[in-house]
Amino acid sequence: MASLSVCQPQCGGFSFENSKRNALLEAEFTKLGHSLPAARKTGTTICGVVFKDGVVLGADTRATEGMIVADKNCSKIHYISPNIYCCGAGTAADTEMTTQIISSNLELHALSTGRPSRVATANRMLKQMLFRYQGYIGAALVLGGVDSAGPHLYSIYPHGSTDKLPYVTMGSGSLAAMAVFEDRYKQDMEEGEAKQLVRDAIAAGIFNDLGSGSNIDLCVITKNNIDYIRPHDEANKKGVRSGSYKYKRGTTGVLTKNIIPLDLELVEEVVQTMDTS
Amino acid sequence: MLSAATYGENGKMKEYHYSGPVEHRFSPYTFNGGTVLAVAGEDFAIVASDTRLSEGYSIHSRDSPKCYKLTDRTVIGCSGFHGDCLTLTKIIDARLKMYKHSNNKTMTSGAIAAMLSTILYSRRFFPYYVYNIIGGLDEEGRGAVYSFDPVGSYQRDTYKAGGSASAMLQPLLDNQIGFKNMENVEHLPLSQEKAVQLVKDVFISAAERDVYTGDALRICIVTKDGIKEETVPLRKD
Repeated sequence: MASLSVCQPQCGGFSFENSKRNALLEAEFTKLGHSLPAARKTGTTICGVVFKDGVVLGADTRATEGMIVADKNCSKIHYISPNIYCCGAGTAADTEMTTQIISSNLELHALSTGRPSRVATANRMLKQMLFRYQGYIGAALVLGGVDSAGPHLYSIYPHGSTDKLPYVTMGSGSLAAMAVFEDRYKQDMEEGEAKQLVRDAIAAGIFNDLGSGSNIDLCVITKNNIDYIRPHDEANKKGVRSGSYKYKRGTTGVLTKNIIPLDLELVEEVVQTMDTS
Repeated sequence: MLSAATYGENGKMKEYHYSGPVEHRFSPYTFNGGTVLAVAGEDFAIVASDTRLSEGYSIHSRDSPKCYKLTDRTVIGCSGFHGDCLTLTKIIDARLKMYKHSNNKTMTSGAIAAMLSTILYSRRFFPYYVYNIIGGLDEEGRGAVYSFDPVGSYQRDTYKAGGSASAMLQPLLDNQIGFKNMENVEHLPLSQEKAVQLVKDVFISAAERDVYTGDALRICIVTKDGIKEETVPLRKD
């Protein structure tokens, strides 16, 4: 009797077992006139600029699902290492997971070399991973940091190409932001000037691009200091409602009520506020 | 810079020849966004729309209201494809004039609604890509709202939302004006002040979550004394 191999150990990486089923489902759905749920993209305006003492990274905070806002205040500037941060545009899951994977690998690398990580290393690792997946990982990144060789800024495209430049923009609002940079960028700006320039570039994306919106986040990286400013500018506040929409008790009809007392002791209490405005 | 696609495998440029019929597509329609809303009260009607005109991810204009005044007692809100909105309102204006000249009276809201239905259906096989909502006073002076689909199906309503954020607004109106899904609540008739307040609040919420809705809100209030307009700013991002 032939032996059967039962469970295979879970190995890391992507699982493509559903791709055939998905292709069949997609064909069926389009025949019926519906479309499959799309991966959430971040719309987005992200940018970075090199100034005298370091780099300034900026991002908006809107995440869209189609043309509806899914998250009004998401964080697009991701941590890579203590001296390197990365903004992400494109598919939200891809930017989040890619930056986390490279951050983890970079930490191990830094422990192995015994030196603080270099921005060029993070750039190499990101581009080699994205090229390996031939553009299927939809992550467009702006990578910036300060290492022993000075301040560096890279833009990384989903297919794996990179550009090392003094100022970069990515995302659906990149044209609006680049227009501001091309007008006002100068070499060796002061920190205040650079922050204002990035703020204005992101604001151009927020107001002129429908895929970007809400607030402006900044990250200022210098040799000995990181300023993660979230939010740097609340460019858009929610309108104030004049009516009160609270429901009185009993508005939802109660059919039956059953109280079962549980004998528990309170060990830990954690309060997390949610946006009820 | 020439792309790699123009060069064949041996390094020489690829020969250009006819490779068979290629299908090109041109779409006569585009979606310009925008949301409209109409509410009918006891002796008033409100038609409100946002003023943003967009295409794709860009904004064409922040000041393009979608409510058009037809007569002293009727306002129409049109959203969808802006080209068809403009042409349709021109056609309605012309037909109103023709009616006035042959019948020596202004068209009533109900008559305008019936006429619009036939205008839309006449283009059944190349439709006007417009979502219409008419708001006005009927012959007895009571508020009337008529909502349409792009090919002319219509009905009289108490309240209706149309356009890009309609799916977000309609359930809220069902709850606040129609008192749906609520028990033990007094069914108070809607006053004009409360209706205007509700319309403003509802658009504030729509602008939060729909990228096509924003910039400003134009409210037209129709009463027996005429049409009053009000503009309120909304989120500009």
